[in-house]
Amino acid sequence: MNVVSTEIMPDDPVVVPEKKAHMDAILDANRDRPGATMLVLTLLQEEFGYVSLPMQNYISEQLKVPLSHIYGVLTFYSSFRMTPIGRHQVNVCMGTACYVRGGPTVIDKLEQVLGVKVGETTEDNRFTLDICRCVGACSQAPVVMIDDDVIGRVKPQDIAKLLRKYE
Amino acid sequence: MTQIRLTIDGETVEVPAGTTVLEAAEKAGVRIPTLCHHPDLTPTGACRMCMVEIEGMRGPTTACTLPATDGMVVKTKTEKVIDLRRFVLSMLLSDHPNDCMRCEADGNCELQDLVYEYDVEWPTHTGLRHNRPVDSDPSPVILADMNKCILCGRCVRVCSEIQGCDVWNFSERGFDTVIVAGAKQDMLAAGCESCGNCVAYCPTGALFDRVAKGWGRAAHQKKVRTTCTYCGVGCQFDFNVNTQTGKITRVTSTPEAPANGMALCVKGRYGWDFIHSDERLTTPLIRDDSMTEGQYPGFREATWDEALDLVAQKLVYHRDNNGPDSVGYLSSAKCTNEENYLMQKLARAVGKTNNVDHCARLCHASTVAGLATALGSGAMTNSIADCTGEAKLYFVTGSNTTEQHPVIGIKMRKAIREQGVKLIVADPRKIDLCNLATLHLQHRPGTDIALFNGIMREILVNGWEDKEYIAARTENFEAFKETIMKYTLELTEEITRVPADKIKEAARLLAENKPGAVFWAMGITQHTTGTMNVMSLANLQMLLGNLGVRGGGVNPLRGQNNVQGACDLGALSNVYPGYQKVVDPAMKEKFEAAWGVKGLPDKIGLTVVELMNAAHSGEVKALYILAEDPMTSDPDLNHVREALQNLDFLVVQDIFMTETAKYADVILPGACFAEKEGTFTSTERRIQRVRKAVDAPGISRPDWQVLCEVATRMGYPMHYNTPSDIMDEIAATTPIYSGVHFWRLDAGEPLQWPVRGDDHPGTPILHVGQFARGKGLFTANEHIEPREAPDDDYPFTMTTGRVLYHWHGGEQSRRSKNLMALYPEPLVEINPDDAARMGIAEGDKLQIASRRGEFVARAWVTDRVASGLIFGTMHFPAGNANWATGAFLDPIAKIPEYKVSAVRVQKIV
Repeated sequence: MNVVSTEIMPDDPVVVPEKKAHMDAILDANRDRPGATMLVLTLLQEEFGYVSLPMQNYISEQLKVPLSHIYGVLTFYSSFRMTPIGRHQVNVCMGTACYVRGGPTVIDKLEQVLGVKVGETTEDNRFTLDICRCVGACSQAPVVMIDDDVIGRVKPQDIAKLLRKYE
Repeated sequence: MTQIRLTIDGETVEVPAGTTVLEAAEKAGVRIPTLCHHPDLTPTGACRMCMVEIEGMRGPTTACTLPATDGMVVKTKTEKVIDLRRFVLSMLLSDHPNDCMRCEADGNCELQDLVYEYDVEWPTHTGLRHNRPVDSDPSPVILADMNKCILCGRCVRVCSEIQGCDVWNFSERGFDTVIVAGAKQDMLAAGCESCGNCVAYCPTGALFDRVAKGWGRAAHQKKVRTTCTYCGVGCQFDFNVNTQTGKITRVTSTPEAPANGMALCVKGRYGWDFIHSDERLTTPLIRDDSMTEGQYPGFREATWDEALDLVAQKLVYHRDNNGPDSVGYLSSAKCTNEENYLMQKLARAVGKTNNVDHCARLCHASTVAGLATALGSGAMTNSIADCTGEAKLYFVTGSNTTEQHPVIGIKMRKAIREQGVKLIVADPRKIDLCNLATLHLQHRPGTDIALFNGIMREILVNGWEDKEYIAARTENFEAFKETIMKYTLELTEEITRVPADKIKEAARLLAENKPGAVFWAMGITQHTTGTMNVMSLANLQMLLGNLGVRGGGVNPLRGQNNVQGACDLGALSNVYPGYQKVVDPAMKEKFEAAWGVKGLPDKIGLTVVELMNAAHSGEVKALYILAEDPMTSDPDLNHVREALQNLDFLVVQDIFMTETAKYADVILPGACFAEKEGTFTSTERRIQRVRKAVDAPGISRPDWQVLCEVATRMGYPMHYNTPSDIMDEIAATTPIYSGVHFWRLDAGEPLQWPVRGDDHPGTPILHVGQFARGKGLFTANEHIEPREAPDDDYPFTMTTGRVLYHWHGGEQSRRSKNLMALYPEPLVEINPDDAARMGIAEGDKLQIASRRGEFVARAWVTDRVASGLIFGTMHFPAGNANWATGAFLDPIAKIPEYKVSAVRVQKIV
């Protein structure tokens, strides 16, 4: 179960010179500050939208912080991602109301249509599928948010059509 | 320190301020249950088992993290905390497999014990449970089952705080929290060194030794405390022996081990399975060229009587007809002190020759010679505990400590990481310790003297030397000073290729961080200038006043488990046991009386390499080799092979058909360290017991018994009931061991020689107040180039050494399935620039050739070596770097220059 792909994607910040320079700038500005790991990870997440394994390795080397610690931090806080975020973010509400009104079925359908699991991004980088907690639209449960659009009363059979609007 | 008093369950106890409530309770004899706590590790208060009530404090609190205060009243057994503990245990069980029936940890599980003690019912509610993969990591030695993990975090802390590897950590959060390696990788990919220390500290069956699975559980095991057979650190551990099968199932560590505590390395914990290898010799063998089939072609099985008679008859024949010096005896740093004593006694008292030596000649002969000259005693001056624990600076040169002496290496790592100890590494290779080094001096191989002289000149130029110490305790300072003043920064940089500013920085660090401890191993000793290299390091430490103090010293790390003892017991061609010189008539007389013989030889005998040369030239006709393997460990193996083939008679006593044994006329099967009683002496001069855990295979016998038989059949009746009797004889003849007896060791006394009498406690640090020779002797040492320089035909410099996962010639470690799974074939380190230039990729087969011979190994392309340098090992017969090394000797110590050979490198397509 444990084998993580060590493959470096062509657009990974560690191999794209401008991105790498930006990473280095963030590292240099913070490396001597106490608690640098958290700061650097937060800034990189903000900048790139994710912190890949190659990035984690690089940060570990640069800050002399064990990789296991970096991975521990990244998985502890839900605000971090380890894979690139797609152009559109699909968030399925799993609050209580949406859950009982069919949220899980919506997720199943989305996973099937997009061909990815929750937390993953489609190969064409178009969609990232995720879950979220109550968005305050319980009366329209189940709710899916695509980017900033709130879509209510989602039926599994409508999903394919729904996604077409987002390129 | 301020003392405070508190009351625990009505008992009043006095402890130093800063003690935790848990520690105070222990002192008061009150047991508080724990799961995540371990005295070696930082307390975290994670498991909540140690909850206690404190009078005046609002709720229960964790005893492991709470500092005791004066007047505190602690209650550890109130109904409230007992309920809490039962609740915690019940919650743990609610997500724990009910698997004790077939769990390896059954009977050895802290969770099981507490559930029993607190009589916790298996929870009936069916809450959320995890269902994780049972064998979740492919590590060949560690079995991980995170279903049984209770998230105590001991493995995380051990890996960080003890081993310094940080492989394990918590990931995810809340109910999904799980321990992962690295970024959820395989352990090995995450940098695991396979020490298994996480297994040792795991309170449940979540982490276990893969090898021990199915071999028997606690109820059917006995534990036998013994000393490791691999390196000279002197780690002790318990063999767990299944009393039903009579086989060893696993090694477990013990906090009572003086040198290592709970820590072990991969070889100690997992490298023991050679003991039960089906390649073990089980019966004496005699050469018979008509035997072309079977397990050992060229040999036939023989009885002990036949084999021993033949050995005795041949050795007597050559002694009487070709002179005593036509026979050579090689003793063994793998064997016990008692056996080494008997081997040199056999050579001297029965064989009437001083041609007895052993592989210390190939590793630390120059240390013994150099330190004896400079200080008067040739051993590590300090104890592992004080020189790793109390030094402000480590100067590590020619020692790849984390791989060769791993448990000393991890102590260094810990002190560097936690106490900020400064580290200077002077090594041509970028060894693992360089990652933690304050300064790495990457000098050209064979330029150690110039480097040290350059540093010492800087110290003198700045007036940083310890003038008072030099005046009071040393001599010959002026002559020394005159020599080293020649080594200006410019000259030193030119010779060593270390930039001048780094030399200056090294001098400053050494002067500012005292006491500093110097450590070295083969990188210093295995040179034609080995003795002078060592004396230069003694100079450095005298200059700084770092000798005879805690946290300082000159600390040669001895290689073999008992190389220190083999030297101590006189398995050297120039000294009787206890370094008493064979050329001293008084000593001759003393040993003649002790052994009841006349005419002990009084001239110094031949050393290891000289014996091979004499065999080659025909002067030496017969060799008796006890548990040594010159066909892997000597330099220039083609020459060694010719020498062995040229012998009239070769007897090899060993546990496997070694490379050397293949040339033998008689092979005598010995018992390995797990099958006999005795003692080993570790690098810190610590004498420790070796105990029998299992029976030797077939009809093989303990080596001490075989030696007695050979001596008796040669006409010198030799009989001892037990190795303990032999040690009593050693004590009677060897002043530095005169208080060493089995009854003291078995009573748990930690003895480090010199032990001057039965009531003498031993000597943890040498040269306190005064050097063994009186005044410390400064010596003037000049740089001399290594004997072989790279040229157009042989453009690379090759240096040699070992790796973490194997041991020397590999006769043991190659027969350990565990170690072979981790490191299956020989690798040669080559710099990426050289590799790119020559079109060599990682894993390519390379042929390395010198003027003397060649070997084949796969390429490891790495910047651990500088351009122009390659690094080879001696662990695998065909890939053994010693086919290429040369037998150029240090003129004083007769140690060969393994560390510098000129070679060419060719890719095999």
